[in-house]
Amino acid sequence: MGKGKQKKKLHLKKFLPIYLMMLPAIVYLIINNYLPLFGIVLAFKEYTVSGGIFGSRNVGLRNFQYLFQTRDAWIITRNTLLYNVAFILLGTLFSIFIAIVMSEVQGRRAKKLCQTVTLYPYLISIVVTAYLVNAFLSTETGFINTTLRRPLGMEEISWYSQAKYWPVILVLVYIWKNFGYHTILYLSNLLGIDRGFYEAAALDGATRWQQIRHITLPFLKPTIITLTLLSVGRIFYSDFGLFYQVPMNAGALVDITNTIDTYVYRGLMQLGDIGMSAAAGLYQSMVGFVLVLLANFVVKKVSAENALF
Amino acid sequence: MIGKSKGFRIFVGAVMTLLVVICLFPFLILFVSSFTAEEALIANGYSLFPEQFGLDAYRYLFKNAEMILRSYGVTIAVTVMGTALGLAISLLLAYGLSVKNLPFRNAIAFFLFFTMLFNGGTVPSYMIWTQVFHIKNTMAALIFPRLLVFAFYVIVSRTYFQSNIPEEIKEAAKIDGASEFQIFGKVVLPMAVPIVVSIGLMIGISYWNDWINGLYYVTDTKLYSIQQFLNRMLQDARFLTTNTSGVEMITNGTVPTNGLKMAIAAIGAVPIMVLLPFFQKYYVKGLTLGAVKG
Repeated sequence: MGKGKQKKKLHLKKFLPIYLMMLPAIVYLIINNYLPLFGIVLAFKEYTVSGGIFGSRNVGLRNFQYLFQTRDAWIITRNTLLYNVAFILLGTLFSIFIAIVMSEVQGRRAKKLCQTVTLYPYLISIVVTAYLVNAFLSTETGFINTTLRRPLGMEEISWYSQAKYWPVILVLVYIWKNFGYHTILYLSNLLGIDRGFYEAAALDGATRWQQIRHITLPFLKPTIITLTLLSVGRIFYSDFGLFYQVPMNAGALVDITNTIDTYVYRGLMQLGDIGMSAAAGLYQSMVGFVLVLLANFVVKKVSAENALF
Repeated sequence: MIGKSKGFRIFVGAVMTLLVVICLFPFLILFVSSFTAEEALIANGYSLFPEQFGLDAYRYLFKNAEMILRSYGVTIAVTVMGTALGLAISLLLAYGLSVKNLPFRNAIAFFLFFTMLFNGGTVPSYMIWTQVFHIKNTMAALIFPRLLVFAFYVIVSRTYFQSNIPEEIKEAAKIDGASEFQIFGKVVLPMAVPIVVSIGLMIGISYWNDWINGLYYVTDTKLYSIQQFLNRMLQDARFLTTNTSGVEMITNGTVPTNGLKMAIAAIGAVPIMVLLPFFQKYYVKGLTLGAVKG
């Protein structure tokens, strides 16, 4: 017995340098990802500066009660879910279409040019994107009002105070900004298709549409399903920048652009309602966790090799 | 697809041309507007064919360049430090996890993996960083929260190490008396250059584009990154004018607000856009890292 213990000690000693090499990242993950888990108690407290994280008064589920009694909980959940559903459906369709067309571009330079240009929107920051959108939508100087509507004798629209336009605007901006990334993913998949399939199909007299339907799409199917399910797993999260920067934090648009992430930010940084903000954040984390597990479970059934775990 | 009908060629060409236009059009408006005379902007708004070009915006920017140069400096410093540190500790962890027979390997792998599944949320993180580590208004605030180690990149690198670096080479180096650290630095890393470059690039871009850490943790304008500077300008167009000396303001006359906004956004966007063709190969590789195996 003593011998076994000694052996194990020697064993661990042998690996000591490895553990030391891993230590910095492990310490970082403890600080950045694990310590905040203790801060979850804030969702059950009435936070005061003097009390701090652990000394503040316990209020049980009161923060959650308040949160779900207000319209806010319903609005932020609805917005987060509906926008994501639109993004997943329209974004996926558009990216697949572009990837299929792009795979037909001939010539190395033309290919590279197309790829570079489609990656620009994805590469730049969401803050710059907000400026680009503002160049179109600014009431007095925006491209749409001054260059398109004015010469046609149409009235100027005050875009940043009219909520009804924003679902469409945000979906368009999302697709513009993100399609390049998804297109690259599908494209890298398409390039793996053996040209022999198409040659054989063409010999048999298959039209181009038939080739796409019976060769390309079936080949992409596992990727489409996997990427979609991974997005569904993230459906309770939203791109904070898209919903905060692009509408320029405009008051009139809050109801239609507020998602769980912007709600948490406003609660924490602008209203100082820390308990409520933490409660909304925990609601997001818990539902998000369940959804990731579910999505992964389904991916595993569909194509096991693409499962996250 | 096979079968080269002319109609199809035209269709592909048309779709791609349209796509390129859609992608570039907003940038064109931005650049052209930044070179438009302020009076023309006030009269006719942002357009591709302005009545009068002018350098009002850039002239104004150069006269008040201090803040922009400083925020560029902050962005560059944060990007370099964050990328170097993040890449180093991520790869070290990945290397450790790739070592066979390492006791507790699975436990550590799960410890890493769990961070992808569940998080405490924004509020607890904010509280820990500000109340325990007091990082508000420090350079550390721009480097440490959120961005330093992504579990996903660690897992991808570990897989790469395991499948592309033969055990025999590591064994041989060990027999020659190399320490674990030497094996990592002199044997493993040189054999993993493509993935190291791709991951480094992805981390670097997330630092370059980050404005959220600044939004939460930095109020001192001296520590503004270029993204946070842009963010402030968008929320409050007079931000630059109220933060530069009043004397200059009077001698400069009116501020070309409309053009200035576009010029500043252009300055924020241009460097990374010009560089893309040079790092595109690695960027594409980084984007497709392990996302789809095929």
